[in-house]
Amino acid sequence: MLDRIHLHSHLYDHVALDKITSITGTAVHLPGADIDTDRIIPARYLKCVTFDDLADKHFHDVRYDPEGNATGHPLDDPRFKGASIMLSGPNFGCGSSREHAPQAIYRSGFRAIIAESFAEIFFGNSTTLGMPCLSASREDIDALGAVIGNAPATEVTIDLEAMEVTCGETRFAITMPGSARHALTAGRWDPIQELLDNEGQITAAGEALPYV
Amino acid sequence: MGKTLYQKVWDAHTVGTLSDGRTQLFIGTHLIHEVTSPQAFGMIRDLGLQVKYPHRTFATVDHIVPTVDQDAPADPLAAEMMDALRRNADDFGVTYFDLGSGKQGIVHVVGPEQGITQPGTTIACGDSHTATHGAFGAIAFGIGTTQVRDVLATQTIAMESLKVRLIKVDGPLKPGVYAKDVALDIIRRLGANGGIGYAYEYGGSTFDNFSMEERMTVCNMSIEGGARCGYVNPDEKTFAFLKGRPYAPGEDEWDAAIERWQSFASDPDADYDDLIEIDAADIEPTVTWGISPDQGISISETIPDPAEAGSEALRASYREALDYMQLPGGTPIKGVKIDVAFIGSCTNGRLRDFREAARFLKGHRVAPGVKAIAVPGSQITAVQCEQEGLDRIFEEAGFEWRAAGCSMCLAMNPDKLVGDQVCASSSNRNFKGRQGSPIGRTLLMSPVMVCAAAVKGEVADAREVFEVDGSDSAVA
Repeated sequence: MLDRIHLHSHLYDHVALDKITSITGTAVHLPGADIDTDRIIPARYLKCVTFDDLADKHFHDVRYDPEGNATGHPLDDPRFKGASIMLSGPNFGCGSSREHAPQAIYRSGFRAIIAESFAEIFFGNSTTLGMPCLSASREDIDALGAVIGNAPATEVTIDLEAMEVTCGETRFAITMPGSARHALTAGRWDPIQELLDNEGQITAAGEALPYV
Repeated sequence: MGKTLYQKVWDAHTVGTLSDGRTQLFIGTHLIHEVTSPQAFGMIRDLGLQVKYPHRTFATVDHIVPTVDQDAPADPLAAEMMDALRRNADDFGVTYFDLGSGKQGIVHVVGPEQGITQPGTTIACGDSHTATHGAFGAIAFGIGTTQVRDVLATQTIAMESLKVRLIKVDGPLKPGVYAKDVALDIIRRLGANGGIGYAYEYGGSTFDNFSMEERMTVCNMSIEGGARCGYVNPDEKTFAFLKGRPYAPGEDEWDAAIERWQSFASDPDADYDDLIEIDAADIEPTVTWGISPDQGISISETIPDPAEAGSEALRASYREALDYMQLPGGTPIKGVKIDVAFIGSCTNGRLRDFREAARFLKGHRVAPGVKAIAVPGSQITAVQCEQEGLDRIFEEAGFEWRAAGCSMCLAMNPDKLVGDQVCASSSNRNFKGRQGSPIGRTLLMSPVMVCAAAVKGEVADAREVFEVDGSDSAVA
């Protein structure tokens, strides 16, 4: 898979971003409501001037006890090693605006998240990294969680064109706002180029605002 | 049909529509700090871009600042972050309220204090508590670091318009009930995710009567209820607060500015997507018992019993919270022992917060074994408090009086809980591990309730501890 984050450094040379139309991989289920960004990446890991060292720091303090012993968290279960799709509950990513949260998840190998709902800032941050956040019903997520719990090697496919998830015999609908879906499938999930292209309109808008 | 402030500000700042259907929105004011900006500047450098409107970005350092001695040598990582911000501000010509400026502080305290925060503007910052600035009738919201890059490079971001929910609170608050309780009560009613997709307009006579500081407290916590932005319509109090501040319009522009600002207020016949009405008299001093800001109860209630939860999902969530908090369901919140008391943060770290807390704390002593710290939200706030002698009241009561910063709200500096300590905190989040110890426990409450807990060594009803009868309530 292309390293999408790396593409940032080529953006200005008009290198196209990949069109993200489907994601296939194994999955891990992290049940629970309101999984916040402090839990996803504790604040002490925000002491950095790059995102480079965030891989494998995701969910650190629930994966390890204060003495550093593994707690047996699903993310460390060998059966789910290499998972690239995360499943969770409602209001995933609530709290802080720290992009370190989706960066840590992405840099730990994940390429999509399916949850009942997402906090908005987290959703936007993830989309801009090219990591789709898809919403599904609790029943469908729990059913998929049960399938992968029994057979962790089963591949899950997220189809952003049909807006459905398939995993063996399991198949269900997913949703995401049309703008994010368009941005991902059209390869425009990082908007910087388009924002820059509208230089003239930006200047005009600024001139119309007396306080700018 | 009239328009809401949200719609008017949105329209005035719309640059155009992007190919994915989102709006390209002009960000008039950009606030940055040391945690979420260095990577954005890194991206700008990698892309060979410039900061488009350097005079519309303002920087300060807050999250990692030590509060015992701001000038003490910071740990190497913190020092690197501070150096990076200083260098980036220098290289790109951005105004920086550095530690030596006398104006440093929490970004959401500094903006209003400097008069940078103004009605009818859009304000973005790489921090989820940016909605604080909505207290002035601005549309203000938190953004991620890649969006910080977008604002630096283009002064715009790609964004989808939000629906608007009017939250109307009417009537006087009971004595001993504060803006913080209003915020916690709203979040409790609507849930931590109740605001997803909405901007919150706070209105009603309770908000009309609130000071700017109280409005900031409620707007600040909009995100804890899932709403990315919250605001109050600008009025005479807003204008009086801003008049004479360094970045506010000067005398010769003042009348025109007020006229413009007033024009952004929601029209009386504005159309809202949702309406919530709350009677202020129903709001009690509120304390959180769990690991999400919506897990709050009034001081006289008992902690929920998972056995009585209405659904299996709720039961699981109660169990997880109570297990982490080491609290038994079905028992009173009053009397829960605390180890640490913290007053400060962008929610409750302003002059009026310390004034009100000190008014009650005077003559009392922090209970033995409780570590209590008071952390002003900015260097200017610290000086104002000290000029009024508030620092001495806190110190005589047994609080440590600290220097300005975010401190124990998120514990990126040396101020951290240890082990499974319980903290009575005037901050905004009670997430697992939020205050620096992976097993630390946070109980959110108003500053006056933090004082009561500090004095009793346990969660207590400030109205009883300080014999509040309402006859001398200084706070509207």
